[in-house]
Amino acid sequence: MSPAGWGLALVQTLLFLLGAPLLAGWVKRVKSRLQNRRGPSLLQPYQDLGKLFAKEALMAHSASPLFRAAPYIVFGSTLVAVSIIPLLAVSLPTAAVADVIVLVGFLALARFFLALAGMDVGTAFGGMGASREMLVSALAEPAMLMAVFTLAMSAQSTNLSSVVQFNLDAGLALRPSFMFALMGLVLVAIAETGRIPVDNPATHLELTMIHEAMILEYSGRHLALMEWAAQLKLMLYGVLISVVFLPWGIATRMTPSALALAFGVLILKLMVLWLVLAVTETGLAKMRLFRAPQYLNLAFLLTLLGLFSHVMLEAGT
Amino acid sequence: MNLTQLPLLEQAVFVIAALALMASFALLAQTRLTASIHSFAWQGASVALVTALVASINGIHHLYLSALLTLALKSLVIPWMLHRLVRRLEMEQQVESITHPALVVLTGAALVIFAYWVALPIERLEMAGTRNIIAVSLSIVLLGLWMMIARHQVVAQVLGFMSMENGLFLAAVASTRGMPLVVELGVAFDVLVAAVLFGVFFFHIHESIESLDVDRLNRLTEQEQQP
Repeated sequence: MSPAGWGLALVQTLLFLLGAPLLAGWVKRVKSRLQNRRGPSLLQPYQDLGKLFAKEALMAHSASPLFRAAPYIVFGSTLVAVSIIPLLAVSLPTAAVADVIVLVGFLALARFFLALAGMDVGTAFGGMGASREMLVSALAEPAMLMAVFTLAMSAQSTNLSSVVQFNLDAGLALRPSFMFALMGLVLVAIAETGRIPVDNPATHLELTMIHEAMILEYSGRHLALMEWAAQLKLMLYGVLISVVFLPWGIATRMTPSALALAFGVLILKLMVLWLVLAVTETGLAKMRLFRAPQYLNLAFLLTLLGLFSHVMLEAGT
Repeated sequence: MNLTQLPLLEQAVFVIAALALMASFALLAQTRLTASIHSFAWQGASVALVTALVASINGIHHLYLSALLTLALKSLVIPWMLHRLVRRLEMEQQVESITHPALVVLTGAALVIFAYWVALPIERLEMAGTRNIIAVSLSIVLLGLWMMIARHQVVAQVLGFMSMENGLFLAAVASTRGMPLVVELGVAFDVLVAAVLFGVFFFHIHESIESLDVDRLNRLTEQEQQP
């Protein structure tokens, strides 16, 4: 692949890095508006991150080196995962190197270290959060992989670029398998990124939190990295869903005009997607934790139905 | 034959048939009575829509009539009757407890695979563009049967029975372009009469054991009835 391709991959990753806090601010603002509040400014997440980076990072006495290393590992692997996703252009050198299963693997690596860090200090909340996170992710991952397999069987490749290219070439086609995979993937994305109804990102109420419970002991730059990684992960799922299921507008050639168009369309798609997210979050209440397995069973069932309908209805005999 | 080479209308037939299958799973997993009646109504509506689409693709006019009949009976009249019954028995809030919900659903998934395996030789006959739907309709039938086995609630069992009929109707429409109108009318009124009779049975069962849980019918004596 040409150096221009690698340059584009770098630019895309930077866009992810800079865009993720903005999207977090956008969803917060829309939610506040829906609740009749004025809400923080769109740039508030940047200010928060800046403040946290400037502050001293405190460590618990019982913390091991793993606790210190975990934020960098979590942030790093999320960043690598993000660089695989075609954001502006289809043909990416990074997407050629790693496929969707590697993407799921990087996310699992980040989650593993997040849970380890949660348990490392030995507080009750950290362990509780880690065990809950593992419960949710152990049930969400099969559903996610099943959705990935459905896509891969249609496109006959697990490579994200080829999947997107396949969808672009197919044009408008009504595929029952993609419909189910989309529904399942949305449910998985909500569970994995810790949004309502599985986890509430805005709460510090001890008994209900999952993600916040694990990062409770972090401060300063470590906390900033953890939060940034969470925002990146949210954006990753949003972009993944919009790029795979609604690929129209993404640049197939490396011309400036095509890239500019892709950028505009991308912003539009993400804004609409996050608007939907904010509206559903305002309308729904958080579930009891014990209902989360049911919710994820539904996601698994939907993706399984996607696979079935691909085999039964779509695959040529 | 590839899906994308078909016209959009035929693709829509597949999508809606898949939605009917999803409604079957929703019925299987749904524990609230009113919600499962709603799922049944949606399944009826999607079967009616498939019928109408097949009618317009192939230009068969009497199928429009049976689509209309299906829509009226299976997604409006029968759900409305069941709703009224549930309201009269004051069971709207009732939640049935399924002992192993995940196991029930996964068995359903296994049944779908079995139905596909059974339908494979039929699909090789190359009958028509919509032949793939036979596997879907067979799985709807099997799921309805499984629902009658797995659930203890009378209303849920009746819904399973009626969704079996939905599956049969779907198979008939998709593979043979619909049955003769006389047969369809007969079946439709059969289902309607069955729904009325089931209503009467609900009342009798409810009066004699004060519950619609069929498992209680296994107990012979009245001493066991604790509050």
